[in-house]
Amino acid sequence: MRVLIPSPLHDYTHAPRVDANGDTLGALLDDLDRQFPGIRFRMVDEQGQIRRHMRCFIGGVQIFSLAHALDGADEVLFVQALSGG
Amino acid sequence: MASAHPVLLVATRKGAWLLHGDTGRQHWRLDGPHFLGQIINHLVLDPRNGRTLLAAVSTGHLGPTLFRSADLGASWQEAARPPAFATTADGSGRSVKHTFWLEPGPASEPEVWYAGTSPQGLFRSADGGDTWAPFSCLNDDPTFREWMGTEQDGTPDGPKLHSIQIDPRDPQHLYIAMSGGGVHESTDGGRSFTPLLDGLAVVEGFDRNTPTFHDPHCVRLCPTLPDRLYQQNHCGIYRLDRPATTWQRIGDNMPAEVGDIGFPLVLHPRDPDTLWVFPMNGDTVWPRTSPDGKPAAYRSRNGGASWQRQDHGLPAEQAWWTVKRQAMCADTEATLGLYVGTTSGELWASRDEGDSWQCLARHLPEIYALSIGYPQT
Repeated sequence: MRVLIPSPLHDYTHAPRVDANGDTLGALLDDLDRQFPGIRFRMVDEQGQIRRHMRCFIGGVQIFSLAHALDGADEVLFVQALSGG
Repeated sequence: MASAHPVLLVATRKGAWLLHGDTGRQHWRLDGPHFLGQIINHLVLDPRNGRTLLAAVSTGHLGPTLFRSADLGASWQEAARPPAFATTADGSGRSVKHTFWLEPGPASEPEVWYAGTSPQGLFRSADGGDTWAPFSCLNDDPTFREWMGTEQDGTPDGPKLHSIQIDPRDPQHLYIAMSGGGVHESTDGGRSFTPLLDGLAVVEGFDRNTPTFHDPHCVRLCPTLPDRLYQQNHCGIYRLDRPATTWQRIGDNMPAEVGDIGFPLVLHPRDPDTLWVFPMNGDTVWPRTSPDGKPAAYRSRNGGASWQRQDHGLPAEQAWWTVKRQAMCADTEATLGLYVGTTSGELWASRDEGDSWQCLARHLPEIYALSIGYPQT
C-alpha cells in the first residue's frame, strides 16, 4: 500500500510516498524499516508507542495502536505535528 | 599518528559544527552545519583512533539516534541500533528521549563506548558505537528508578545520566552521575553501583541522604591521578580524594560575591591540582546567567584551595549568557588551550590557560557541548 512519509523523514526515503506492506500497522512499520533502516525507531519508541509528535491516519481516522489491522486499507498517512522554536 | 591540528567539535541545539585549527591555534576554519535543525547533545572524536566521530542526534519531533563518521563529517552513517531501554510487555518501560553523554571506553577496549541518556540510562557499545545495549542493573533496578525521581525532578529538558568516568587503571571501576540522582561508583564493571554522596549539600529542606535530591552538574576524574574526583553540583564545587568517601567543598574558597554555582568543570590533563569552573548566578529564581552580567572563568592551581578570576578579553559587562555543563573543554597542548561555548552561540578560546580570551565565532545556535579532538593523519 502507499505510505505518506513526513518531510523530517525524507532523509530515509528520499521520497514523500513509498510502498510498504503488512497485516498490521506494526508489520507495516517493520517493512518500512527493512527498506529504510533506522526509520522505525524515529517514529515508534522501544515500548511500541507511536512517538509524541507523530500522527498516523488511515481512512481519515487517527490510529494509535501498532496492532491495528490494515484490512482493506490502501493508504497510510504519517504526519508530523510540529511545535516549538 | 595524531595530528598536531586540533578540531573543536561544537554541538548545538540546531546542528553541529567543526572548527579546524592550525598548529598554533591562531586560525580556525568553521565547517558546518552538519545535521542542520537537529539537536546535537554531544559530538566526540574517539581519542583512541583519532578517526571515529560520534554524534548524539535528536529532534523535537523524532526519536533519538546516533550517527558515526570516519572522515570528520564528510559522510555520516546512522547507528544500526541506538540506545534504547528494554521493552516491557506491560508498557511500564521507559523510552530514551535523547542521548546526552558519549564517553569513549578505556584504551584497552578500543571499540567500547558508553552513553548516558535522558531519562537516566546507561548504555554500552562494543563495536565502535554501531549497536548499543542497556548496561548494568542501573536502568531497571527499582531502587535506582526511585532515586532517579520523575520527569518533574529533572532538568528542564529532561533528567539525564552524565559524567561517565572510567578509571584508566581499571575498566571495571567507573563513576556515573545523574541529574537528579547523585553520583555513584561501580567497582565490578557496572554490575552494581554504590552512592557516593557524603559531604555534599542539597537544597535546604531536602534530605541529603536521599540520592534523588542530589544534582551533580559535572563530575571529572583526574586522568593522571585517578583517585581524585572533582564535582560541580547544584550547591557548590567539591573534591574527593579516594579512598576517602567524603567530598570536601572547595567552592567555599571562591569569592563570596561570585559563589560556587555553575555547570562546567574542566581539568588540566596533566596537573591534578589545576582546574577551571565557569560560575553562574544561582540566586533566587536561578537566572543561570553570568554573575552581574560579567562572565569569567575561575582557575585553581592548588586543588581548589584558592581561585583566580580570568576574564581578560571576555565582555566586561552586560553579557548575560552562561555555559552549559558540556560546553567548556581543554585541549592537550603544552600551554593548555581552553574553549567555552555559550548559550548565546558564541565560541571563546584561550591559548594561555585562561589568562586571556578571544572570540572564535558568533551567531551559532545555543551551544550544548564542546570537545577537542586530534584527528589521525
